[in-house]
Amino acid sequence: MKRRSWPLLGILAFGYAFLYVPILLLILYSFNESRLVTVWSGFSFKWYGELMHNHQLLDAAWLSVRVAATNASVAIVLGTLAANALVRHGRFRGRSGFELLLTAPLVMPDVIIGLSLLLLFVAMQHTIGWPDGRGFTTITIAHITFSTAYVAVVVRSRLAQMDRSLEEAAMDLGARPLGVYTRITLPLIAPALFSGWLLAFTLSLDDLVIASFVSGPGSTTLPMVVYSSVRMGVSPQINALATLIVAVVTLAVLIAGISLRRDSKR
Amino acid sequence: MSQPPHTHGPHTSRLSRLVNIGIPYLWLGLFFLLPFVIVLQISVAEPALAQPPYTQLWEWVEDGLLQIQINLQNFMLIWEDEIYLAAFLNSLWVAFVCTLICLLLGYPMAYAIATAPERRRTPLLMLIILPFWTSFLIRVYAWIGILNTNGLLNHFLLWLGVIDEPLQILHTQTAVYIGVVYSYLPFMILPLYANLTRLDPTLLEAAADLGCRPLRAFLRVTLPLSMAGIIAGSMLVFIPVVGEFVIPDLLGSPGSLMVGKLLWTEFFSNKDWPLASALAIVLLGTLVVPFVLMQRLQQNMDENQT
Repeated sequence: MKRRSWPLLGILAFGYAFLYVPILLLILYSFNESRLVTVWSGFSFKWYGELMHNHQLLDAAWLSVRVAATNASVAIVLGTLAANALVRHGRFRGRSGFELLLTAPLVMPDVIIGLSLLLLFVAMQHTIGWPDGRGFTTITIAHITFSTAYVAVVVRSRLAQMDRSLEEAAMDLGARPLGVYTRITLPLIAPALFSGWLLAFTLSLDDLVIASFVSGPGSTTLPMVVYSSVRMGVSPQINALATLIVAVVTLAVLIAGISLRRDSKR
Repeated sequence: MSQPPHTHGPHTSRLSRLVNIGIPYLWLGLFFLLPFVIVLQISVAEPALAQPPYTQLWEWVEDGLLQIQINLQNFMLIWEDEIYLAAFLNSLWVAFVCTLICLLLGYPMAYAIATAPERRRTPLLMLIILPFWTSFLIRVYAWIGILNTNGLLNHFLLWLGVIDEPLQILHTQTAVYIGVVYSYLPFMILPLYANLTRLDPTLLEAAADLGCRPLRAFLRVTLPLSMAGIIAGSMLVFIPVVGEFVIPDLLGSPGSLMVGKLLWTEFFSNKDWPLASALAIVLLGTLVVPFVLMQRLQQNMDENQT
């Protein structure tokens, strides 16, 4: 007795249009020769060319990618450990505090995380002399802190849904717990690890506010460069950059989606 | 969920506990919890022309005496100066309005996706998540070109003949609403969707069999049962939006007051670290109630699941 409800479909269509029209316009205008958004003066790759020669932006992008990759690789480990604790260790002492620490970074306003971490780094430098100045290390630590919470959410749900009979079979055959974990559990949750890593990577690549607080002179991330040029007004180079980011992300999400789907079919 | 009793020896189990619980606990305690203690400490310091730019809270004076100075001026200032109170009220208002709009738009969308044929659900959901993965900053920036006085929206409306002269939308509160709803809509839809797909369809069938009309069945069965999703989604939007910086900064009017922006200005422009810290503490205090509400709900749901 399923009937299609037209008002509902109308809202759904409006919602998708609302989410996608701005992005599509950005992509369209990245190929516009004119600097003005309102004038279409012809198709051109001019802004992409300028982008490739913008050294300040490219350096920042390189720093951001290095931070994002390091962040994602550490966060995936910490987040998976946290997910193990929550799914496999039942009601341990301090569990509610543990959950609190893992949920709070998801909603905590960026300005608070940024400011508090900066003050920590300054205080640490003052008392123990580390970290010496701010840059790659401090930005990466800050990103790992909030990425871990996101990774834990992704890995936790996968771990909770997992069928444990394979693990039990291996145990019965005499495998050691660590061996079972690395050779059975990890491969089974691999898709979640992959999407967790990707999520941590993109979250880091996207962060402006926290990085602005904890970065030092000479360590400017990509969002910081984008922000300062956006504050000057609309810039077609940023449109071109946006198009490249959208293309890469779409590709990554498609690959992740297909691999997840294939995995669930198996 | 039953744990097979023979799987973990007591020794490995203790080690695994230590690693799985201890390491993340240590990291988050050091880099998430400890910083708040320091923020609290600096919020009661005084700004100083020094490096770092605040006075030390305690110092050892002669004879091994510890002298502690607490300065509550920053909190007094936030309480007395109308700017700060107005900024807090405005931030809460913006977050409230945007949460409501997200709910009104997100609920029907989540419902439509959850009731779509099963093979269409995953792609429809992917389309909700996809924008979330592309740069947040760039998506906010896209609205500058659209909402500008000689931007695309005004040209379109002029061309349609709806308006005679361009509307000033960019750098107004309306632009902030649009930007926030646009950026946070997926956070509303995802928990709602997760909740609605778990809903038992036989309940609605039972209601229909007993002669309940669809709208009434929705109001009396679906809506109450999806309350957990509504609260979770609302908190995921409300809490971060209260402290939002990027959207009011890029789309709002220069004079528009939001706490996140004020904190940023005090820190970066005025270099008043203690006042910025005091603002962070007050903001944190404001968000405790909705956060605890969310946390309780989350734990209840987890317990029901297992």
